[in-house]
Amino acid sequence: MAERVLMKGNEAIAEAAIQAGCRHYFGYPITPQTEIAAYMAKRLPKIEGGVFLQAESEIASINMVYGAAATGARVMTSSSSPGISLKSEGLSYIAASDVPAFVVNVQRGGPGLGGIQPSQSDYFQATKGGGHGDYRMIVLAPATVQEMASLTVRGFNLADKYRMISMILADGTIGQMMEPISFQDIQVETYEKPWALTGTGMERPHNIVNSLYLKPDELERKNFERYEKYAAVEAAEAMWETYQMDDAEIGVVAFGIAARVAKNAVAAARSEGIKAGLIRPITLWPFPKEVLRQAADQVKAFVSVELNMGQMIDDVRLCTGCKRPVSLCNRTGGMIPSPDQVLASIRAAVKGGN
Amino acid sequence: MKTTQILIAGFGGQGILFAGKFLAYKGLLEEQQVSWLPSYGPEMRGGTANCSVILSEEAIGSPIITAPDVLIAMNLPSLKKYEDAVVPGGAIYVDSTLIHEQVARTDVTVHYIPATQMARDAGAGNLANMVMMGHVLQSCPELSFDGTETTVQKLVPAKKAALVELNLKALQLGRDYEG
Amino acid sequence: MAIVFQKPHALTDAPLHYCPGCPHGIIHRLVAEAIDALGIEGRTIGIAPVGCAVMAYDYFSCDMMEAAHGRAPATATGIKRCRPDNIVFTYQGDGDLASIGMAETVHAAARNENITVIFVNNAIYGMTGGQMAPTSLPGQVTQTSPYGRDVTHCGWPIRICELLATLEGPEYVARVAVNNVKNVKAAGKAIQKAFQNQIDKKGFSLVEVISACPTNWGMTPQKALEWVESDMIPYYPLGVYKDRTAAKEAAE
Repeated sequence: MAERVLMKGNEAIAEAAIQAGCRHYFGYPITPQTEIAAYMAKRLPKIEGGVFLQAESEIASINMVYGAAATGARVMTSSSSPGISLKSEGLSYIAASDVPAFVVNVQRGGPGLGGIQPSQSDYFQATKGGGHGDYRMIVLAPATVQEMASLTVRGFNLADKYRMISMILADGTIGQMMEPISFQDIQVETYEKPWALTGTGMERPHNIVNSLYLKPDELERKNFERYEKYAAVEAAEAMWETYQMDDAEIGVVAFGIAARVAKNAVAAARSEGIKAGLIRPITLWPFPKEVLRQAADQVKAFVSVELNMGQMIDDVRLCTGCKRPVSLCNRTGGMIPSPDQVLASIRAAVKGGN
Repeated sequence: MKTTQILIAGFGGQGILFAGKFLAYKGLLEEQQVSWLPSYGPEMRGGTANCSVILSEEAIGSPIITAPDVLIAMNLPSLKKYEDAVVPGGAIYVDSTLIHEQVARTDVTVHYIPATQMARDAGAGNLANMVMMGHVLQSCPELSFDGTETTVQKLVPAKKAALVELNLKALQLGRDYEG
Repeated sequence: MAIVFQKPHALTDAPLHYCPGCPHGIIHRLVAEAIDALGIEGRTIGIAPVGCAVMAYDYFSCDMMEAAHGRAPATATGIKRCRPDNIVFTYQGDGDLASIGMAETVHAAARNENITVIFVNNAIYGMTGGQMAPTSLPGQVTQTSPYGRDVTHCGWPIRICELLATLEGPEYVARVAVNNVKNVKAAGKAIQKAFQNQIDKKGFSLVEVISACPTNWGMTPQKALEWVESDMIPYYPLGVYKDRTAAKEAAE
C-alpha cells in the first residue's frame, strides 16, 4: 500500500496493526472506535492464523489479550474511555506480568457514561496508572491519521522491546476523521520471547506468567527492577514535535487534536506579531520533559491546551519547575476549543494574565 | 496559502458524508492536502449530519471548521445553524426543494438549486447530494468539475457499476443547472 | 527395588501449601495423572485462579499462568486462540468461577471454547478466610453468613453443571466428588475425559469436583468428608450433565 489512500483514523490503526504483525484482536463494542473492530472482523479471518473475537465484556477482552500476550503473540484490544476503565484491572495484571500488549483508547467525554464526542480526559488514567499498583504504560498520542498508523506500529515494537503495554491515546475526532495516508514506511521490529507460554516441549523448565508475589521483599525487588526498565524508556523513547519554537515567547503545549487547533492559533498569533510556538508531546508517557525544561528558560509563559479540566498541565508545571506561569485553555465534555479561544489565551499570556 | 473549508450539512440519510468523501477523494487525486471530519452520533438515519472537508496546498492544522468558505445546506435547520458562520465573501448552496426560505446575508454568494426535485425527476431519487456537488464544483472558483469521473470510479465499488453511472448523471445535472 | 508409588511427572517437587485434610492435593494429582496418561505435559498450558489454588502455577510442571479473579476462562481463550495445538486448562474455585467469573464461564461454554475447566466446589471462600460462596448451602454458617445462609436475604446456591447444561455450546459437563476412593477414581476418569475431549477438538469440557474445606467449615477432615456425603452431594448430585458426543452416539 504505497499509494496515498483516504482512511479514517480508526481504520488506519487497524490496518497498521495488521501490517505490524498483529493477528489477534479481542474487543467489545463502544463508540467512537467501532471501526477498529469492524475492520479487524473483516480482515483477520482472511489472514492465516488471524483471530477476531468479540468478547462478552471489556473485562473478558482484556483478559483474553492477557492470555494471548502471554503466548508471545502480537495482540491488541481497543475501546473508549468507559471501556478502558473496565480494562484497567487487566492492564495492571499485564503490566505486572511484564508481557507486551497494545491497547487503543479513542477517548470520549467523561466521567461516567459521559458522552461520545471527543475528549482528552483520560490523560491521568493513561499516564498515571488507571489500574492499581506501581506501573507505567507507554502512551502515544497521534494528531493525524498518518500518525494513528505510524504510532500503532511503533507501539507494537516498543511493547515487545520493553515487555510493556503501549497505549494509543487518541480521541473521537482523530478516530473518525479521514486524511490521506500511506503505509510505505512501516518498520516492523521483532524480538525473541523466551518467556512466552508455548508448552515446555519437555525440553525446558516451565515458564510462568504471574503477578503474585506474596513475599514483600520479593515484590519490592520486582517493582524496583521494573522501574529501572521504565527509567530506560524515559531516557530513550520520549517523542515530541515543535512548531515555531525557535524564538517563541509563549509556549503553547498541546497533544492530539488539541495540538492541531493550537497550531492554527499559533499561526494566527504570529500573524499579529506575537511570538508564539507549539510543543506537541507525541509520547505522553514518557513525557518529553527535556524539551519543556529547555523551553522554560526561553519563553515567558506556557499555555496548556486540553480537552479536559486540566490534566497535562500538571506535568507541564512539574517538569518546568513552575519557573514560568502556565495557564489552561480548555473545553471539556466533548467540546473542542476554537483557534480563536486558544488565540485569546495566548494574548492573555502575553499580558501576564490567565 | 490556498485553503478551502467546506461544510456540508443536512439530515442523516441524505448522503452528506458521502458527498464530503467525494470532495476529499477528489482533492486526494489532485495531490492536495485534505481532511474529512464527520459528525458522529447515535442518529444513523434522519438525525442531523454534517461533514467538514478541508482542501489545502499546505498541511492542514485543525480539521474542525468554525468559519466555512463554502456552506452546502441540505435542510433548513442546517442553514439556520451555520449561515452566520460563513466567512464574508464565501458561498452558500441551498437545496431549494427542501428549503423555502431565502438566505438573509448579503455579503456572501448564494446559490439555490432544487437538487432533491432534480434528482427525483431524473430517476436518481437519493442523489440530491451529488446534484449539489456538481453545481458546487462548476460554480465555485476554488474548485473544478474536472476529474469527477475518476473520483466517482475510485469511490464507488466496481461491482456497483450502475451506481457509478447514476452518480455521474447527478453530478452532470448539477453542473448544467442554471438557476 | 520396584517403585510402587510416585508422584505424577506433571507435578513439580514444590511442597503444597494447602491446609491439612484439604482435597486440593488429590485434585491436583488427578489433573497431573491425566496429563501424564495422555502424554501432553510438553504442550499443556495451565491457568491458576485467584483463591486457594492461586499458587498452582508452582505445582504443575507444564507452562503456567496466573489469571485475575474469575477471568481464567477469558485468559484461557486468549491462549487457546493463539495456540490451538496446545492443551489449555483452568483450575478454579467456586468464588472465582461461579461468582465474579460467571460471565467468563458462561460465555466460554457458550462459545464451546476448546478448553478444559476444573471447577473445585467446596461451598466457601477458603483463601480469604471462609466467607459465603455462591455455592454455600442454604443455612450454611460462614464468616459472612454467621446466622446461616438466609436464602430470602442473599439468594440460593448456584448449580453450575445444571446451568451450563442448558447451553447449546459446551461439549461435556460433569460433576464428581473426591470424598471416597470410589468417587476419586470416577473423578480421575472424568478429568481425563475432559482433557481427551480437548485433544479431540470437541470443545468446552468442565468437571465440577465437589471438595471440602475442613479448616473453614470448622470440621475435622473426616467429618468434612462425611458432610460432603450427607449435605453437599444431595444438593449437588453427581453425574454427567452433558456429553454431546455420547448423546449423539446414543441417538445413532
